[in-house]
Amino acid sequence: MSLVARVLEAGGISTVTYTNGRDIAASAGNPRQIFLNYPLGNPAGRPHDPENQRSVLRAGLKLLEDAERPGIIVDLPYTWSDSRVWIEKFMTDEQPFISEDAEAKRQDLLKKAREQKARQIH
Amino acid sequence: MDYIRYIEKTHEYYRGQGYDKTYNYAYNKDIPFVPLKKPLSECRVTLVSTASFLLLDEEGLPLEEPRMLGTNELEVFTEPSDWSVNRILSTSEDHDRYQTDMNDVNAFFPTTRMQEFLKEGIFGALSKNYYRALPNYSHRKTTEVDGPEILRQCLEDNVDVALLTPV
Repeated sequence: MSLVARVLEAGGISTVTYTNGRDIAASAGNPRQIFLNYPLGNPAGRPHDPENQRSVLRAGLKLLEDAERPGIIVDLPYTWSDSRVWIEKFMTDEQPFISEDAEAKRQDLLKKAREQKARQIH
Repeated sequence: MDYIRYIEKTHEYYRGQGYDKTYNYAYNKDIPFVPLKKPLSECRVTLVSTASFLLLDEEGLPLEEPRMLGTNELEVFTEPSDWSVNRILSTSEDHDRYQTDMNDVNAFFPTTRMQEFLKEGIFGALSKNYYRALPNYSHRKTTEVDGPEILRQCLEDNVDVALLTPV
């Protein structure tokens, strides 16, 4: 996603990217990043909490208004949980990132995509 | 700060699974930058996401097929900015499923919040469409094909500002 932000920015459009993965966007050279330290899947705020979502979005608008140089990361103060279990268990054997069902679906779609690609080449 | 280092974590995880080749995250030192040219209340704003979801018809049936990365075809999909959030169904597999269920679309694709901001005069206008790109393993494809297509459509629609939400 940060690569798209870079293309837009280079084309004259100001961007702000809301992330749950601080290091990924930073590594890619994202123009303006709002980091929300929530589990993957909630870049725009806490589910079913419109006020939190509004605050998150507003932080990005402020960054758009204030930023005078590229690469600024704003770390938002909101926390997901009092427990850090979600940080510890992520991508472990106990809590694998991709479920078996999802992996099977992914492989099936990938196979279809490869077949499509092969047809384009021939 | 206590947060997950995903790059390190992914590399460790796949090494643990026996893969010797790990996912190659983008790395760039130079960063493009264009300052905001006018007040947000005069800007035309769009939303771009890698969230996977399907648009539904009035009866709640999907209007499109699930899609997957990996082809050389253009993989940019639009969604009208006035589309009702109730007619969006998440198909994401890229979230932490032990913590969150993706039932609230606005937590990753904040279309209702953006409509509120428009009504409140925080934004001048919303773009005609919002954009979806697939999370792509090919940096070249994103940088040379899908990204430029989103840019082309945004410029055609006079977009000033883009909010991006990766999932």
